[in-house]
Amino acid sequence: MARMKFLCDADRCIECNACVTACKNEHEVPWGINRRRVVTINDGLPGERSVSMACMHCTDAPCAAVCPVNCFYTTDDAVVLHNKDTCIGCGYCFFACPFGAPQYPQVGNFGTRGKMDKCTYCSGGPEADMSQAEYVKYGANRLAEGKLPICAEMCSTKALLAGDGDIIAEIYRERVVTRGYGSGAWGWRTAYGDTVTV
Amino acid sequence: MLKTLISRLPMLVLLASLTTLAAPAAQAQVNPTASSVQEQELMRALQTGDFVAGRVSIPDERAGALIKPGNKGWAGIQGTTLRVISVAAVLVTLTILAAFYAYRGRIRIDSGFSGRVIERFDGIERFGHWLLACSFVVLALTGLNFVVGRWTLLPLVGEDTFGTLSAWFKLAHNFMAWPFMLGLVWVFVTWVGRNLPSKVDVNWLKVAGGLFTRGLHPPAGKFNAGQKLLFWMVILGGVGLSYTGVFMLFPWLAGSPAEWQTYQVIHALFAAFMSVVIFGHIYIGSLGMQGAFSAMGSGKVDLNWAKEHHSLWVEEEVGHGKGAAGKPGAAATPAE
Repeated sequence: MARMKFLCDADRCIECNACVTACKNEHEVPWGINRRRVVTINDGLPGERSVSMACMHCTDAPCAAVCPVNCFYTTDDAVVLHNKDTCIGCGYCFFACPFGAPQYPQVGNFGTRGKMDKCTYCSGGPEADMSQAEYVKYGANRLAEGKLPICAEMCSTKALLAGDGDIIAEIYRERVVTRGYGSGAWGWRTAYGDTVTV
Repeated sequence: MLKTLISRLPMLVLLASLTTLAAPAAQAQVNPTASSVQEQELMRALQTGDFVAGRVSIPDERAGALIKPGNKGWAGIQGTTLRVISVAAVLVTLTILAAFYAYRGRIRIDSGFSGRVIERFDGIERFGHWLLACSFVVLALTGLNFVVGRWTLLPLVGEDTFGTLSAWFKLAHNFMAWPFMLGLVWVFVTWVGRNLPSKVDVNWLKVAGGLFTRGLHPPAGKFNAGQKLLFWMVILGGVGLSYTGVFMLFPWLAGSPAEWQTYQVIHALFAAFMSVVIFGHIYIGSLGMQGAFSAMGSGKVDLNWAKEHHSLWVEEEVGHGKGAAGKPGAAATPAE
């Protein structure tokens, strides 16, 4: 089994936000929730970079550590998923996540936030693969269809890479060596404890 | 053809020279190696609790926070440290209470029941007490479920039931917070006057209230020093829990996520502290002492119990002429 990761090559990202839109479309994501977003660092300054960010599917995921109801689980592909039937919408995972991935359909107070929603690495939830129940709660299950996440697959500049961590790290390393520069594998140190060294 | 080319030559030369002139400047501006932001540098420059942030084009500006490494610190505290502290606090307290019971047994009324009662707490006092007590027990148990439920209740009832139960527990925790706060104010207003420190308390504390000595009953007013300590611990603990709890209910009132995390840690620590205190309180008010429970049950206590534990208060009440009014004919009995 692969150890799935995301890697955004910020030197290629052109902030077109197509990954954000494709994700929302693929999974019928509720209004107000962005499972993926593009953040521009040093906007308008020389050397600005845009980074597409979603759940990084961390090693030893902090969301899973703080969850009072243990609704998170890690798949064989090292994708961090959660069970919306168990989730109580307490909001702890939002405060534990370094990447702002967990979001809630309502911003209401009094614990009326609803079930948490986040990037599933296009691999659904605990329901049967590609079932209607799974689709309604979590969206499409592309991994079960043998495909990679839609955000990375349709990225026009191939800035966003998804796949086995070792393979995408190697692709990124080759790029950095060839062109002579790279702004880093954003979030890797925080999510996986190490980064891509060139 | 040739003529056309020659006529355009000056223009071409001009274009070429322009390009040559512009080239160095353009190169300097877009050299990505020299000026691009580096994740590593940004991370190194981060202050504690700070995060790497930028601009987003979606309406939620908070989504501009790209990497918040500090969140992992809180996740470690909440995921492990606080759980260990809470469980340890509860287990250690229960062990101490069991050991105390084994050593001292039930503290009995030395002179036995007199058969005559005196009113200790009126309806207003008891209502405030039970409002606070009932809401606290619900809050403590549902709160405990957030701490250890996934290791205790979850394996017992299965994930489906546990999820449904926990969702109800969360609602109970959210809504019982308000009666708890009302009870806290109620209890404070009714009892604060009786809980100010006095000289008698020093002596009471010196002999530890006679808790460890059979037959020793240091004089005390309506509330002895131990009860006064409990009162102030409940008030301070309750205010701490309420204040931090409001931010659990309304997360964005807290300001930054880092502040919310601080409030959450304080909330958990205060909850553990309050549980320890209330374990002791429940013990001494029921199993630990004969004749104590009726003070909050019927509101009336046996006169002998009152004389032993709250001698000064009994004198005061009898002086007012309303003491020992629980039984007919009591007033006719000459004072001893």
